[in-house]
Amino acid sequence: MLQPSSNQHPVTASGLVKFVETAAGRIDILQRIDLEVSPGEAVAILGASGSGKSTLLGLLAGLDQASSGEVRLFDTPLSGLDEDGRAALRAGKVGFVFQSFQLLSGMTALENVMLPLELAGHQDPEQAAKAALSQAGLALRLHHYPSQLSGGEQQRVALARAFAPDPRILFADEPTANLDAHTGERVADLLFKLQEQSQTVLILVTHDEMLAGRCDRRLYLRDGMLESEA
Amino acid sequence: MNSLRFALRLLRRDWRAGELRLLAIAVVIAVASVTSVGFFTDRIERAMARQASEVLAADLRVESNQPLPGFLLQEAERRQLAHATTLSFPSVILHRDSTQLVQVKGVSDTYPLRGKMRVRDSVTGADRVADTVPASGEAWLEERLLPLLGVAIGDQIKVGKRSFRVSRIIVYEPDRSANLFQLAPRLLVPLGDIEETGLLGPASRVRHYLLIAGPPSEMSDYRYWVEDQNIGGLQVEDIRSARPELRSALDQGGRFLRLAAATAILLCMVAVALSSRRFVERQSDSSALLRCLGASRRQVTRIFILRLLSLGLIASLIGVFTGLGVQTLLIRLIGHWFTSQIPAPTAWPLVSGLITGILVLIGFSLPSIIRLGEVPPLRVFRRHLDAPPISYRLFLMAALLSLSILLVWQIGNDEMALRLISGLLAGLTILLLISRLLVFVLAPLRHLTAGSWRYGLASLSRNPATTTMQLTGFGLGFTVLLLLAIVRVDLLSSWQGALPDDSPNQFLINIQPDEVEAVRDLLAQGGIMTNGLFPMIRGRLVSINGDPVSRDDYDNPRAQRLATRDFNISHATQPQRDNKIVSGRWWSESQRNESWFSVELGLAETLGIPLGTELEFEVAGSRVMGRVENLRSVEWDSFNVNFFVIGTPGLLVQQPATYITSFYLPAEKRQVLHSLIQRFPSITALDVTALMTQVRSIMDRGALAVESVFLFTLAAGLIVLYTGIQASHELKVQETAVLRTLGVKRSILLLSTLLEFALLGGLAGLISAALASAISYSLANAVFNLPWELNISMWLAALLGGAVCVGIAGTLASRSLLNTPPLVTMRKA
Repeated sequence: MLQPSSNQHPVTASGLVKFVETAAGRIDILQRIDLEVSPGEAVAILGASGSGKSTLLGLLAGLDQASSGEVRLFDTPLSGLDEDGRAALRAGKVGFVFQSFQLLSGMTALENVMLPLELAGHQDPEQAAKAALSQAGLALRLHHYPSQLSGGEQQRVALARAFAPDPRILFADEPTANLDAHTGERVADLLFKLQEQSQTVLILVTHDEMLAGRCDRRLYLRDGMLESEA
Repeated sequence: MNSLRFALRLLRRDWRAGELRLLAIAVVIAVASVTSVGFFTDRIERAMARQASEVLAADLRVESNQPLPGFLLQEAERRQLAHATTLSFPSVILHRDSTQLVQVKGVSDTYPLRGKMRVRDSVTGADRVADTVPASGEAWLEERLLPLLGVAIGDQIKVGKRSFRVSRIIVYEPDRSANLFQLAPRLLVPLGDIEETGLLGPASRVRHYLLIAGPPSEMSDYRYWVEDQNIGGLQVEDIRSARPELRSALDQGGRFLRLAAATAILLCMVAVALSSRRFVERQSDSSALLRCLGASRRQVTRIFILRLLSLGLIASLIGVFTGLGVQTLLIRLIGHWFTSQIPAPTAWPLVSGLITGILVLIGFSLPSIIRLGEVPPLRVFRRHLDAPPISYRLFLMAALLSLSILLVWQIGNDEMALRLISGLLAGLTILLLISRLLVFVLAPLRHLTAGSWRYGLASLSRNPATTTMQLTGFGLGFTVLLLLAIVRVDLLSSWQGALPDDSPNQFLINIQPDEVEAVRDLLAQGGIMTNGLFPMIRGRLVSINGDPVSRDDYDNPRAQRLATRDFNISHATQPQRDNKIVSGRWWSESQRNESWFSVELGLAETLGIPLGTELEFEVAGSRVMGRVENLRSVEWDSFNVNFFVIGTPGLLVQQPATYITSFYLPAEKRQVLHSLIQRFPSITALDVTALMTQVRSIMDRGALAVESVFLFTLAAGLIVLYTGIQASHELKVQETAVLRTLGVKRSILLLSTLLEFALLGGLAGLISAALASAISYSLANAVFNLPWELNISMWLAALLGGAVCVGIAGTLASRSLLNTPPLVTMRKA
């Protein structure tokens, strides 16, 4: 069992519980999760399909509310914040990478990367976005739409978008699951390279042991409980 | 973050990506329709009114039996309005030994201000437009004066102390029909020569006229200014107050046009509502992502609202200029129909177009768009999480408010707008109920079918929200289209049919009671049919419920005029055929001796006379008192003899009366009229052919304008069809790919799509036919006052047309899904 303690941890969770009420009765998804992540740390959360990995990620990122327990992001308890307060806490400081890329199809690669920068009120979002895309090896794909890019390229755009505002935490949900092994590896290389350079906290949800193996720590979600590496 | 700049940037990206195109096109069409209809109707109505103004030879006529104060003319000059002065009085003129009573009219150089006089230089010569008025010392006269006086062109006649040379024959005098009940034939002389006749003494019965013409707003201002001067004995008339027949035709034409314009707006509202729903579906990911990246709910809502309003403004501007271009084209197409130049467009339709665009978006798009702020950010992980369902109360309130404002404003007739709104609301409710019922019935039914039927029915019952929305959208769209089709075909023909070729074109007035039988026999012998000879009694309304009637009791200028003028009253045992009792009851034969009145509805409303009111008239020095027993609507444009007030015979039969009749006189039977006039010289025959031509031309042009407006409505209808079909596109993408992957044949899917849309379209068509019939029945009865008939063929056409159009369009739109490999579709999804 991991004990939450220091206030210096960008992400902590204590006694986190999530259940849903259905017509058939209560379904427990997460049971008393405790977690703390240190600055610059890369943590992998592994688990079978339907084990509650994405639910946990959503709770840690403040996208959803726990049934009980507490999540602290940058030492701020999320339970005291409403949805807008949680969004304000994330703005510019939290990045996301999704399994299905979540690029806006009507926007070019450059415009997709500019989006969080514009929202955060960045001085020169275009230049910053270009730099991020260039770092992701997509300098020649700036004006391509998602439909004109391969899966690997789309995920690289998503990585550029996630890292462009220089976030302190990056939540990644199965970032290579939609890609073939070779492309997935190249995307993972880029992800860890950028994470290392920026010393961003990485919380990675995956079922891929190889990918998880590149993280500093591996945690397993079984029966709603979080366990450290067996 | 600057939300506006960010919203504009997103808008630019959306536009490029085609996300907002559908919504924008719907707004562009709405605004283009409203603007072009606005420009078109505004210009055509003004042109029609100007053409109708020929009846007054001016836009406004100030009349008095005293010389008009000079400051009225000076004010007109100061306001730079065109003006002319005329006067008219009865006098006996002399030629050798013959004398004849004529109506002398003196005209200034600028007469007429509207319309043209037509004259002939000789009895046998061709008629032509007169560019001038008679020169000093010259007189123009009506042809019937020539035999009466034994005078020829070039002869001298004497009017009072002044001699005039007869130089031309008057064929057409524009303002002649505004004075239908003038008894004597016309003699026209220059105004400057009147003084020398010495006939303008204190005892002369001179009517003085000041004719004014200019832009409509200037006319209203001048009219108010004249009325504010409170000059006793002054009457101010424009075309609407001058002749009820023309007023009625103009008003009816305007009502048709405004209804047509309203239908285009209604269709665009449906299109905007449908495309907004699609936009919300497609933007939900974007909203979730923005919130995930740190945007607050308020920020996201603000960004989408700003995007919507910016889009509305841009689309409205494009619509406004499209409308301007289209109306220019339309005016070019029909401009030559008008005798006068069509007035230039005003800026108001531009402003009205912009307001319409924004109002349509606020009412029909905003309630959907603000839901985007409510999309849970967790949607980035769980795509099934949508924005909370639309608040139907909010949607209905916003839509109803925007609909009401736009319809009341655009139609300009509260009753028509109210009937249309209630009809559509009832329609919406019925459509929603039937949609639910359809889904309920189809769910078990699909298990009893196989193949294409099964997939088609399943698709409808599986997605109740989409089916409801599509059926409601198609249903409302078809209702509006059918309503306009009914108005365009049935009601317009009914209106035009109200003035058939054999409508009365002659009036005989001043028939003495002892001449009635002889006149009736003479006309019957000549094969001329009349609706009867009616007694006509002159009377002035002196009290209502015992309170003396005074001009000062009314604010409305028409009421003020009516309160001080003499009425033509009649008595009858039966109402006229074209009169309809709208409240109360007509008296029976046994009630003929009661003291009751029947009052025309418009007059009753203007003067505030409800049923049961006691009215008192002064007739030839005595007082006649009676109760209002019923109120009648009158078809003034039928050209039949009609009266504002009719009394029971017992009330009025003892009063001094002359008789009046109207009938259609074909050209080949003119001799009958000549013999009648020769035998009864005191009877005056009035030819209203020119006035009828005016009314007919208003009807023709009104009909043409409605036809043109129909094209816009049709374009809006196509957008509704497209947006309606697109509403289920996203669902179909996934479903089609899965079914094809599972091995369902392409042909089965194609047929099931055809069946699904054909069923939706046919049902929507059938319901729409019922709704459109009900609304048109209500409008025909209460607003247009026209007969209405159930059009069964329209029901059949709506059923088949709906099934075929929606079926084919839906299938064509889904073809790309069937032609794309399922793997590609699923990858994109």
